[in-house]
Amino acid sequence: MSQTLALPRALELPGGGRLPRVGAVDAVALEARAAELAKRSIKRESKIFGLELAIRMMDLTTLEGADTPGKVRALSVKAMQPDPADPSVPAVAAVCVYPSQVAVARRTLRGSAVKVASVATAFPSGQASLDVKLADVRAAVEAGADEIDMVIDRGAFLSGRIGQVFEEVVAVKEACGDAHLKVILETGELGTYDAVRKASLVAIAGGADFIKTSTGKVTPAATLPVTLCMLEVIRDVHDETGLVIGMKPAGGIRTAKQAIQYLCVLHETLGIEWMTPDLFRFGASSLLNDVLLQLRKQRTGIYRSPDEFTLD
Amino acid sequence: MGAVERSREALPARGAWEYASSIEGRDIVSLEERYGLFIGGRQVTPRSRSWFTTFSPSTEEPLAEVAQAGAKDVALAVDAAREAFVPWSAWRPAERAKVLFRIARILQERARELAVAESLDGGKPIKESRDVDLPLAAAHFFYYAGWADKLEYAFPGRRPRPLGVAAQIVPWNFPLLMLAWKIAPALACGNTVVLKPAETTPLTALLFADVCRQAEVPPGVVNILTGDGSTGAHLVRNEGIAKVAFTGSTEVGKAIQRELAGRDIPLTLELGGKAANIVFDDSALDQAVEGIVNGIYFNQGHVCCAGSRLLVQESIHDQLVRKLKRRMATLRVGDPLDKNTDVGAINSKAQLDRITELVQSGTEEGAEIYQPPCRLPEKGWWFAPTVFTNVAQSHRIAQEEIFGPVLSVLTFRTPDEAVEKANNTMYGLSAGVWTEKGSRILWMADRLRAGVVWGNTFNRFDPASPFGGYKESGFGREGGRHGLEAYLRFE
Repeated sequence: MSQTLALPRALELPGGGRLPRVGAVDAVALEARAAELAKRSIKRESKIFGLELAIRMMDLTTLEGADTPGKVRALSVKAMQPDPADPSVPAVAAVCVYPSQVAVARRTLRGSAVKVASVATAFPSGQASLDVKLADVRAAVEAGADEIDMVIDRGAFLSGRIGQVFEEVVAVKEACGDAHLKVILETGELGTYDAVRKASLVAIAGGADFIKTSTGKVTPAATLPVTLCMLEVIRDVHDETGLVIGMKPAGGIRTAKQAIQYLCVLHETLGIEWMTPDLFRFGASSLLNDVLLQLRKQRTGIYRSPDEFTLD
Repeated sequence: MGAVERSREALPARGAWEYASSIEGRDIVSLEERYGLFIGGRQVTPRSRSWFTTFSPSTEEPLAEVAQAGAKDVALAVDAAREAFVPWSAWRPAERAKVLFRIARILQERARELAVAESLDGGKPIKESRDVDLPLAAAHFFYYAGWADKLEYAFPGRRPRPLGVAAQIVPWNFPLLMLAWKIAPALACGNTVVLKPAETTPLTALLFADVCRQAEVPPGVVNILTGDGSTGAHLVRNEGIAKVAFTGSTEVGKAIQRELAGRDIPLTLELGGKAANIVFDDSALDQAVEGIVNGIYFNQGHVCCAGSRLLVQESIHDQLVRKLKRRMATLRVGDPLDKNTDVGAINSKAQLDRITELVQSGTEEGAEIYQPPCRLPEKGWWFAPTVFTNVAQSHRIAQEEIFGPVLSVLTFRTPDEAVEKANNTMYGLSAGVWTEKGSRILWMADRLRAGVVWGNTFNRFDPASPFGGYKESGFGREGGRHGLEAYLRFE
């Protein structure tokens, strides 16, 4: 029978909307649907549209221990003009870095429309006290982050402390101030699509602007079925409450072909209204160059050498 | 600051993402202008001296002329099959298996060609003929190839023997796949066959004749007679046959059974259906919607086991119907050869007329119709995906097989009521149950009078799984070990 999500408090969403029932996900049928959508054959002008959109939706990411100001500056320059040989290629949506690199990215991107996104809350594990997580968030926001990508506490979620997960999201949302909050579920650690569905609802109830699949540090990261599962939650939330929530698959999306498959899943699940960088992002580091290569191929009919595209 | 506020405001319209056409090339199929009959391993001119044209239902263009087999042609084909039966049934079973394996491999090698031909002649979307019809047809030959030398183990202690010449008549909804369902077990058991494809979809059967040649099937073991219902009637009346297997309408099935009365000829009938797809309120709703769509819009609803009655628990009716209608709006109806097409053309003008008539009766009887906005091509035979809500059990659209993309939605309150309503039909081919509760699926499966009960899925086929009906959906089973029994006698 239908269950309602049992949370300790603050469940009522602004405006009095109510959450959809948690509901269930059938793994076999979900994966079959994702596989079916992955077979869409996107050609010519529809492919160019998809590739350009994928660039505009990209959170160009570097999250390495070895990140330096030099690396982040280079990435930020690339973010503003991904293909110097073709100025018609749009800028990406955001650059995504660790909190310590936010200031560098902010300076480099000043004056451009490219946002600065920062991971926070003891990324990637989320295994720290709430105070530490909130300090992490505030530091990133103060350094100039427009967007915060937090991780949920999977330890709490998997041990059944759902209320704690919810309260952390609420607290982080508050610490974000005007910054826009993406909540990473780390779906690769949640085990089932039912858990992904439940975690998505908790994140949205807590105040997420976006829900995001993965940190990129755990395998599997983003997959088409898990993205479809989360998009279906977003659709149910919109149906029931009118809330408009965004989606960010991240990790493991390396090819233009994959990006187009994600766009087809998005298109046929939430419709054209969601096909905007305001509501859908790709978290990726190596995807951009393949999209640039394919875009050049679509426009000129010729595959260029990968060496013609800058590393970062 | 943030790119988007959490807002409830209406989202701005952003135009559309039109998918550019992505047409599967048809050059891979080379059709002859005119096809004879395949008798005794050769293409022969029909004694009837009569031909008819097969059309593409999506464009109404003539594709080829095919022979109209008459009484003499039928007699010749049965004679050829009888002559071939003597040596073929004495072949070492492992050698017969090799022939079937070769057919399976060639079907895989020529899959693209056969898929394009199937979509051209029948109107089904290329993604279905490519991803469903062809892989399953090959799988059936692989599966029964494996049984050919193991029949003693399938029926321990019963000494299985082949019957003789099997007369096989297949429908137009899955032309090549139904051919495979018929021919593979018959040959594996050591029979020879005379097969009649449907009048509107003869092409893949004729191409299969060439597959037989390539696979070195001995002459006369497989014979293919094209023609209309009269050809089928001659075949069933022929004195030389030892078995009749028919898939098609209940009406013709009954006529065949009358024809065979008093003759010692085993018969299998796989006829119509009016399957219930039953959705409980605890089910995974979005996946249930996929199953409903697959259940009724797959192959334009030209599926005998289609889930044409949706029984939905009343508490989730509105939510489910809203999800279903939204999903229907994403169905892409059009050119069967476009790789992005979800729903193709209606197989024939006659079928389109029947669907149109029944849909009209639904509206007249007071059910509420919904069709998503979609542009149907001007040429060819088309019908938009349709759902009826507020349907009563007594409406014609809840009783009669429509065999088109038309779904009737009814509600129930309790599992008992779901079972009663599901069984309240003259048919009994298939049913679907959607619930997260495993014990309820088993409880339902025990009570549903249907040959196949799918749990949290629909229209799933596998050569290892027997398929067949209850009541007016026919008798006998095809597929699996059960499917062998129909082509054997026991000493």
